[in-house]
Amino acid sequence: MSDPLVKVRDLKIGATVYPPGEKPKEIEIVHGVDFDLKKGEVLGLIGESGAGKSTIGLATMAYGRGGVEITGGEVWVNGRDILQSGLRDVRRLRGGEVTYVSQSAAASFNPAKKIMEQVTEAAIRHNKFSRREAESRAVDLFTRLGLPNPETIGNRYPHQVSGGQLQRCMTALALCPEPDLVVFDEPTTALDVTTQIDVLAAIKEAIRDTGVAALYITHDLAVVAQVSDHIMVLRMGDMVEYGTTDQIINAPKEDYTRALVSVRSIKHVEKPPTPEPVLSVRNITARYAGTRFDVLHDVTVDLHPGQTLAIVGESGSGKSTLARVITGLLPPREGRIDFAGRSLSPDLAGRSREDLRELQMIYQMADVAMNPRQTVGTIIGRPLEFYFGLKGREKQKRIQELLDAIELGDGFQDRYPAELSGGQKQRVCIARALAAKPKMIICDEVTSALDPLVADGILKLLLNLQKIEDVAYLFITHDLATVRAIADSIAVMYQGRVQRYGGKTEVLSPPFDDYTDLLLSSVPEMKLGWLEEVIAHRKMESAGH
Amino acid sequence: MSQILKLLAQRIALSLLLLFLVSILIFAGTIILPGDVAQSILGQSATPEALANLRAELGLNDPPLTRYFAWLGGILQGDLGTALTSGQSIADAIGTRLGNTFFLAFWAALVAVPLAIFLGLLAVRYRDRWPDKLISAVTLTSISIPEFLIGYVLMYFISVRLGWFPSVAMINDGMNLGQKLNAIALPVMVLTLVVLAHMMRMTRAAILNVMQSAYIETAELKGLSGFDVIRKHAFPNAIAPIVNVVMLNLAYLVVGVVVIEVVFVYPGMGQYLVDHVSKRDVPVVQACGLIFAAVYIGLNMIADVVSILTNPRLRHPK
Repeated sequence: MSDPLVKVRDLKIGATVYPPGEKPKEIEIVHGVDFDLKKGEVLGLIGESGAGKSTIGLATMAYGRGGVEITGGEVWVNGRDILQSGLRDVRRLRGGEVTYVSQSAAASFNPAKKIMEQVTEAAIRHNKFSRREAESRAVDLFTRLGLPNPETIGNRYPHQVSGGQLQRCMTALALCPEPDLVVFDEPTTALDVTTQIDVLAAIKEAIRDTGVAALYITHDLAVVAQVSDHIMVLRMGDMVEYGTTDQIINAPKEDYTRALVSVRSIKHVEKPPTPEPVLSVRNITARYAGTRFDVLHDVTVDLHPGQTLAIVGESGSGKSTLARVITGLLPPREGRIDFAGRSLSPDLAGRSREDLRELQMIYQMADVAMNPRQTVGTIIGRPLEFYFGLKGREKQKRIQELLDAIELGDGFQDRYPAELSGGQKQRVCIARALAAKPKMIICDEVTSALDPLVADGILKLLLNLQKIEDVAYLFITHDLATVRAIADSIAVMYQGRVQRYGGKTEVLSPPFDDYTDLLLSSVPEMKLGWLEEVIAHRKMESAGH
Repeated sequence: MSQILKLLAQRIALSLLLLFLVSILIFAGTIILPGDVAQSILGQSATPEALANLRAELGLNDPPLTRYFAWLGGILQGDLGTALTSGQSIADAIGTRLGNTFFLAFWAALVAVPLAIFLGLLAVRYRDRWPDKLISAVTLTSISIPEFLIGYVLMYFISVRLGWFPSVAMINDGMNLGQKLNAIALPVMVLTLVVLAHMMRMTRAAILNVMQSAYIETAELKGLSGFDVIRKHAFPNAIAPIVNVVMLNLAYLVVGVVVIEVVFVYPGMGQYLVDHVSKRDVPVVQACGLIFAAVYIGLNMIADVVSILTNPRLRHPK
C-alpha cells in the first residue's frame, strides 16, 4: 500500500502567552497528535475552543498563527517532512499542495482586490496554470459551487457579494490550484443555518468531484458528520478519540465524545401564559436614523413573568433591533411598549431609574461587556450601589450571594475578567444583571460565542435562576437548539416581521409556513446522510411545485 | 458612482470654502496689525498732505470690506497687488520664485517619497530586526536635528571638504537642468532627511496595522513571499493614511522651506517672504500667505480625494 498523503506523527505545538502582570511564558497547546490522511479522504477535527484543532490544521501548512510555533514531531505531506523543509519548499507547499479555507471569508479576502484576482493568485503563482487557464478553472468552480453569475462574479470586489457567496468563493480559491489537501477551518460557522446548508452541500460536492483530501475543522459535530469519513475528537491539545464517522456518532467510546454527541440534554416543558404579561410590545415599527426603510414592521409580542420568550431569526431579521427598541436605545416610529403594568418611554432619556433597574441586559460578548480594569467584585457591586445604595459589609455579603448563585466559588471577587474563561465571564455578566433584581433580562445571543458544553451549563444556570428569582427572559438567538432548550414561547422573525408566534410546542409543530419550515429543516442533525436527505427532499419539493 | 462624485464635490467645495475663510483671516490679520502703510512707505519725515494723498491713492480710506473685496477680486484675476517697497507687481516677482520653490520641492519629493515608502516597506519586512531598528534610528535622528544644522553640516562636509556640490544653491534661467540639479543637490538632501522620518514611520505603522488582517494570513497561506505579501496585499490597503502624511510633507516642502532657502541662499518664495516681512511690505506678505494656504489646502484636498478613490467600497458600490 502506498504512503498516505498526510502523515502526522507526535505533533507538538507550543505558544507564547502573555499573562497579565507576568513575564511571557511558553506553554504547550498540542501534546503529540498522530493521524494519517489518504488521498480523497476527509478527516473531521472536532473539539471545543482551545482544543488545538485549527492549530493542527495550520500545522499541515507548516504555519503557526501569532506566537504559535511547532515544537516537535513530524508532518509528512506528499512524502516529505515539511517541518524539516526550507522556506522555499514550504512556500511551494502553501497554496500549491495544501490550501486553506478560513472561518470568515469576509475578513480573509483582500478588500482592495477583485475576487477573480485573489482566487487565481495561488494557482498562477505556483505555475500550476496560466492566467487564462486559472480563470476558466475558477469560473468552472464558481459554477459548481452554485454561485450566481459565475462568468462575472469574479469581477466583483469582496464587499459586493454576500457572506454565503464569499464563503463559496473562498472554497473556489482553495480548490483553484488543484491542491492535494484543503484545510477547511470552520467554513460554515459564521453563516446563518439556511445559508450553511447550501454552502455545506457545495463544499461536499466539490470535495467529491475533485477527489481532493480535506481536513474539516469544526466545533459542530452534526456538521462534521455530514462531510467526513473519519473524525478525530480533540480536547485541550490531546486526542480523545479517533474513528470512522459512523462509530463516533453512533457508538462513541469515550465519555467526552458521548457528552459532545448528547449535548443539549436540557428538557424544558413550556409554561402556560399568565393573564398579565410583564412586557407587552405592540405594533412596533422602527428604522435607523438616516435610512429610508423600516427594519421592524408592526412587531407585536408578549412576555409573561418568569417565562422565556425566544426571538429567533437569521442575521438581518431585526431581532437585535427589537432589543434596542425595548431598551430605549432606538425609539420606534410607531407602536408602544408596556412594561410591568406601565407604559415605557420610547426614549432612554425618558425612563426612570426603576425602569432601568427592572430591565437588564446580557450580551453576546461577555469580555467586551465588562471593564477589563475592574475586578469581578467591583463589576457586580456597581449595580448594588447604584440601585440599592448598598455599602461595605452588606454589599460584600450580597456580592458573595450572587457569586454563589452563578456557581462561582470563593476568591472570584478579586479576579479580573482577563483571568476568567469565556463561560465564567458570561456568568459574571449574569450576576451583574441579577444584582439589580430585574423583572426581565434581555439575553442577546448570550451562548453564541461559547462552546456547546459551556453553553449548556449557562442555559441550565439561566433556567435555574428563573425558577428562583422569577425573572423573565427575552432570549434573542439564531440557534434553534437553544430555543428548544429554554423557551416557553417563540417568535420567529424574518425581514423585520414576526413570521410565526406562539407557545413553543405550537410554533415548532407542523403545519409550518415556508420560512419556518426552511429554518427548522436547515438545522444540522446528528446523523449520517442528513444533508443528502434534506437536499433530496428540497429538490423533490421544488420539482413538485 | 454618484455617491463618489458627491463626496468628491463635497471635498472640493469644502476646500474652496476653507480657502475663502483663510483669505478673510489673512486680510483681517494685516488690518489688525499696528502701523500705517502710508507712513511706512514715506517714512517719519513725510508731510501730512503727502500721507493723506498716498492713503487716498492706496484706497486706505475705504471701509475694510470694500478693500477686502477689491483685494480678493484682484487675486481672482491674477493680480496680487503691488509691492510697496519696490513698486513692482507682486505677481511678476512671485512668478519665478514660486516656480523655483516648486522646482526644489518637486525634486525633494521625487527623492524623499519613494525612498520613505521603500524604507517603510523594508522596515515592515524586517520588523523588530536590525534593518528596521537601523532605519528608525537614522530617520528619527535626522528629524530630531534642526534642519539648518543639518544644512550647515552637509555644506561643510560635502561642499567644502569634498567639493562635490556647491554650497550656495543659486539658480537662474540661464542654467540647464543638469546645472540646476547640481545647484540644488544639497538642499534636496537636507529636505529629504527632514521629511523622511515622518513618512517612513507612517508607512510602517499603516502597513503593520493592515498586516494584522485575516487576508494577510490568506496571502501567506498562498505561499507568497514576505515582500510580495506586503507589496500586493498590505500596501493597497494602507494607501490612504500614507497619502495623507505624504501630502502633509509635500505641503511642508513648499511652505516650510524658509529656513533651508535662507541657509542655501535659494531664490524661492521663502526668502522672498522673509525679506518683505522684515520690510513690513504688507501686500507681499498677504499674497505669500494666501499662496501658501492655497498649496496647503490643495494638497490636503488631494489626499482626501485619493483616500476616497482608493476605498473600493466607495469606488464600487454594491
